[in-house]
Amino acid sequence: MSGLRQPVQRLGHSVIERIVRLGFAARFFAYMILHSGTALRRFHLTIREIYFAGVLSLIIILVSGMFVGMVLALQGYETLQRYGSSEALGILVALSLVRELGPVVAGLLFASRAGSAITAEIGLMKATEQIAAMEMMAVDPIARVVAPRFWAGVISMPLLAVLFSAMGIFGGYLVGVQLIGVDEGAFWSQMQASVDVRNDILNGVIKSVVFGIAVTWIAVFEGYDAQPTAEGVSSATTRTVVTSSLAILALDFVLTALMFTGGNAG
Amino acid sequence: MSQPPIVEIDRVSFGYDATRRVLHDVTLRMPQGNVYAIMGQSGCGKTTLLRIIGGALRPTAGSARVLGAEIAALETHELYALRRKMGMLFQFGALFTDLSVYDNVAFPLREHTDLPAPVIRDLVLLKLEAVGLRGAANLRPSELSGGMARRVALARAIALDPKLIMYDEPFTALDPISLGVVARLIRRLNDSLGATSIVVTHDVAETLPFVDHVFFMADGRIVAEGPPGEVVRADVPFVTQFVQGNVDGAVPFHFPAPGYASDLGLGAKA
Repeated sequence: MSGLRQPVQRLGHSVIERIVRLGFAARFFAYMILHSGTALRRFHLTIREIYFAGVLSLIIILVSGMFVGMVLALQGYETLQRYGSSEALGILVALSLVRELGPVVAGLLFASRAGSAITAEIGLMKATEQIAAMEMMAVDPIARVVAPRFWAGVISMPLLAVLFSAMGIFGGYLVGVQLIGVDEGAFWSQMQASVDVRNDILNGVIKSVVFGIAVTWIAVFEGYDAQPTAEGVSSATTRTVVTSSLAILALDFVLTALMFTGGNAG
Repeated sequence: MSQPPIVEIDRVSFGYDATRRVLHDVTLRMPQGNVYAIMGQSGCGKTTLLRIIGGALRPTAGSARVLGAEIAALETHELYALRRKMGMLFQFGALFTDLSVYDNVAFPLREHTDLPAPVIRDLVLLKLEAVGLRGAANLRPSELSGGMARRVALARAIALDPKLIMYDEPFTALDPISLGVVARLIRRLNDSLGATSIVVTHDVAETLPFVDHVFFMADGRIVAEGPPGEVVRADVPFVTQFVQGNVDGAVPFHFPAPGYASDLGLGAKA
């Protein structure tokens, strides 16, 4: 029995530590939301962060979106033509992107590109005492540094997801219509007839907003909570990418279950 | 020493947890208008004491009154209001790396005042002129030497004309010229602003000549205090060893250990 005691103690300790950290993250989130006045009142602070988180992520989002759409068209055509429905390629590409791949893949790319940068920046500010200096100047770093980055992420993420889907559809058009030769009229008209603004596009946008909140919350929290050393910042950056990616996939399952399964059952 | 004290520390103890006590019953008073040094070995608790004075830490026991306010009793917004009367220079400057020198110095003015841009510009240039770096206003922190970064941070610390200026190891990693410049600036700015300055350092040769009063700390306690000339001449073993840089003395060279002979197994043979 005594041999079992230590591993059980360690497991219990680890579980308690994680719960405490989750509680701290929740309090941090609440404090950040309550102290978002500066980020919204002095909106130029948020716009500056939208540039770093959103505009600088455009290249990777647009190029990835294009390639994902092209691959979707190639793979989709292979399957659809077996059943003689290759004209439905437009529907397949659009629904796959708007409902799933747009928000999810854009979210994963956003976590890797912008989330990691946000964590590293805030972590380094902490390691070089910039956060402490701000506090000593009677400036709340959560209001001045963290909240603008959070809102920038929440605003950027759905815009990036929409652009990802748009580029993906364009990529699908290039491969499906221009390269393979699917009828252009059928490609666009079937897409137009089948993609519903509320059920498909709006739900996709809602997903991307939720992913934006999750990724940016994780990124700012990990940066603010990082050990103020080179190793601490490096670990925090890694944790941001891993935790954000897992959170996106888990949330996607939950949101998909809530949004789409009810409609299918009915 | 007849002026009202800016800082009053009364029997303050502090520990990060129950087993690690950093400060033990520290008591000191700092009347306004002087430059004070808190000196001691690394890990003796001097930076912790400075952080308590700045309100970054709250004492475990005792009372810390700064600018008339009991630090431990302050709400966050009251603490921030108090900090507007303080300036702090961090060990390596802690300049905001995404802002230029000008914007760093303008930062507290923009955050805490509604002054129009031309007035802020005049004030920033005035502060930069005081530290001799008006010509560096458009540089980025990455383009500055260590000494210049420290001087810009000093200009930022005095941007709001604080009553209390704190310096955490301001001479670390500076060349002799920069060190002398920073030391003279601390004295000159304190006198011209009519402020009170606290310098936490272990740099004996540069610090003692320009400060009015020095507190020596060892193991979380004040072991000696007074005007530099008097306290150095007083026969306090730790101060003598610290000022002269002796290898052995009140702080032993050897970390406590069992007898060398017994560790080598010679005791058993004997």
